[in-house]
Amino acid sequence: MSDLENFRQETRTWLEANCPQEMRQPVRDDGDVYWGGRNATFQSDAQKAWFEAARDKGYTVPSWPKEYGGAGLSAPEAKVLRQEMARIGARPPLSSFGIWMLGPALLKFGTEGQKKRFLNEIARGEIRWCQGYSEPGSGSDLVSMQTYGEDKGDHWIVNGQKIWTSYADKADWIFCLVRTNKEDKYKGITFMLFDMTGDGVSTKPILLISGNSPFCETFFDNVSVPKSYGEDCPGFVGEINRGWDVAKYLLGHEREMISGMGGGERTTAIGTAMKRHAGKTGDEIDAVLRSEMALFDVDALAFTAMAEKFMDEMKAGKGHPALPNMMKYVGTEINKRRHELMMSAGGSRALEWESEETRGGKAPRDWLRTKANSIEGGTSEVMLNVISKRILELPGG
Amino acid sequence: MPLFHTEDQAMLADSASGFMAEEGNINKQLRHWRDRDCPDGFGHALWKQMAEMGFTGMLVAEDDGGLGMGHVEAGIVLEEIGRNLTPSPFLTSSVLAATALGHGSSDLKGRYLPGLIEGDSVFAVAIDETAKHRPSRISTKAEKSGNGFKLSGSKSFVIQGASSDMIVVAARTSGSDEDEDGITLFAVPKDASGMHQDPVRLVDSAMASHIKFDGVELDGDAVIGEVDGGREILNAMLAAGRVGVAAEGVGVAQGAMDMTVDYLKQRKQFGKLIGEFQSLQHRAAHLYSEVEIARAVTIKAQQLLDEGAPSADLMTSVAKSKVAKAAGLAVKEGVQMHGGIGMTDEYDIGLYMKRDRALAEFLGDAYFHANRVAELSGY
Repeated sequence: MSDLENFRQETRTWLEANCPQEMRQPVRDDGDVYWGGRNATFQSDAQKAWFEAARDKGYTVPSWPKEYGGAGLSAPEAKVLRQEMARIGARPPLSSFGIWMLGPALLKFGTEGQKKRFLNEIARGEIRWCQGYSEPGSGSDLVSMQTYGEDKGDHWIVNGQKIWTSYADKADWIFCLVRTNKEDKYKGITFMLFDMTGDGVSTKPILLISGNSPFCETFFDNVSVPKSYGEDCPGFVGEINRGWDVAKYLLGHEREMISGMGGGERTTAIGTAMKRHAGKTGDEIDAVLRSEMALFDVDALAFTAMAEKFMDEMKAGKGHPALPNMMKYVGTEINKRRHELMMSAGGSRALEWESEETRGGKAPRDWLRTKANSIEGGTSEVMLNVISKRILELPGG
Repeated sequence: MPLFHTEDQAMLADSASGFMAEEGNINKQLRHWRDRDCPDGFGHALWKQMAEMGFTGMLVAEDDGGLGMGHVEAGIVLEEIGRNLTPSPFLTSSVLAATALGHGSSDLKGRYLPGLIEGDSVFAVAIDETAKHRPSRISTKAEKSGNGFKLSGSKSFVIQGASSDMIVVAARTSGSDEDEDGITLFAVPKDASGMHQDPVRLVDSAMASHIKFDGVELDGDAVIGEVDGGREILNAMLAAGRVGVAAEGVGVAQGAMDMTVDYLKQRKQFGKLIGEFQSLQHRAAHLYSEVEIARAVTIKAQQLLDEGAPSADLMTSVAKSKVAKAAGLAVKEGVQMHGGIGMTDEYDIGLYMKRDRALAEFLGDAYFHANRVAELSGY
């Protein structure tokens, strides 16, 4: 048996012993997700047991090095773990912007001291992070952001406002783009890290059309941000005034992550499930709706092949570096179309906003949520700009 | 297997692309034969050259004197054929008929495969009996007659039928028109008495025949595979042909898109290159995305078919449908973005539109295959 097959057997045994049955159910809503952090509570004993087992094994962040709280798995091993978790339907033991966003940035740009402290805190679910990027006047044109940090020697005094800060009201710390040089648009931004409980930080949830409030406005009123948190542990990532490099890297990473989801649930064929669902409610699918579903399924299944090709090429170092923009564009547009069809297939039942039976109006809330897919992390229009400039090399500014 | 070409496949792509651009280009082949009203619609000299390149027998097993390659390799050649709009018997002879003959007796193989491999023979396939592709319904009949069969009925739009040395005909040997079983495939030689061909020219300048079988007498050894066991071979032939058309369609789409993107970088209006206009940039970027996805699903279908995976059937229809849509978009945007000159015969973009229309229809259009995706998915 190869080493990888051995690892698969071990993983299977470990999951069998450590992942409770309740944690092998699909995530229904945000309450089923464990985000960690200072104020986190567990929804159930099973959620607690699963998180703690995974944390102790380094499986909250399996491919991070062991000294930073991971399990140090190689890429093929991490793939095996993902496959084995998917096989039993295991939920992620811990979800967080620390894992998805700040972690990768620190792994690439962080100092040893920052990695030891912050990565371990993330891996162990001790600190919940949020991301401070967009501002009311800076959406697609992110680099125009104005939140300003005035240099006071060993610290900055930060004033300004961020918007679309995901779960800022529940976060402990923020990684935040702050302007530190007003003369240079691109080389005047610093990628700062600071505690949200400090004086002058306040948050206000934004009520969305889905009725949920996953995003906040975040205000900074004379917030003091230290330049250092101790030896080899600066209060910023990368260099002062060069935070845009880190932000750009993270945006690319985010698009890649969103596009990597192409192989998952979001793009599988829907016709079969919709027919089964309609059968249960005694409804029939109209012929023209069936046609729309069939044409959708062609696009969705073709996109799963694209996602597989994209991942294969990335791993082999092939493919155009701007390709994640295309994947993000198509993947999010397909997801919106998918939810439009699910609403049509659901009929009036899909209009229910609150009932227990509809799990609190999951269908219409999810449908409305998908409308943000092609706005957040770079709009579809910005993606098309990037494709036409960087891949097709069309002229003009 | 990763979804990109291996080193060997990349080398094949290089040589196929160079060869086809040099020898199979639009002026040397498509326009040349079209402008001379060639009754074949393609050049036999090029077919001979393709044999020398090793293309004609790619899908023929090594034991039968071929190269024993797969659908990924055949797709590489077809993509270059598509990009150059090269008229040739490759798809009908080397993909469709070769797949059928692979299931034939050693006698049949010996009779037909050497000519194919050498580039001396051309084959056609006669499946459809109406204007739309509907292989589930076969009413052309072959009745037992002595040691052989007597063929009667008709087939329509048989591509290159009148140029072919042999035609693979799907006929009914038992059951009724819509039955799954009871189909037998026959290798019918061009000089069979009682076979009447009425060739017509199509929009892409290819020739297609309407064929009548008026009691055509066939020997028992004209049967490909087993009597009444033709459906399985027919399905294998259709799968090979459909991923083949998809690959050619990707080439057509890429060729039309490249031409159009180049034009956006050259043509000036209002004192600007038209490629500077965002309305055109976004449409070009969307088109690029669709063509890339069409390419990805095509190689996925090719690989699944080569592996003999059960999901190959579904993915083949996904690919055929997706490519038809993507290539259709490429040629429509191509003509529109070229403006007035896109409507002229002198400019090549219109030729892409014509070829795409024919390919989209061949072996089932985007709607036929979307419907098939729904059926295979159980709805």
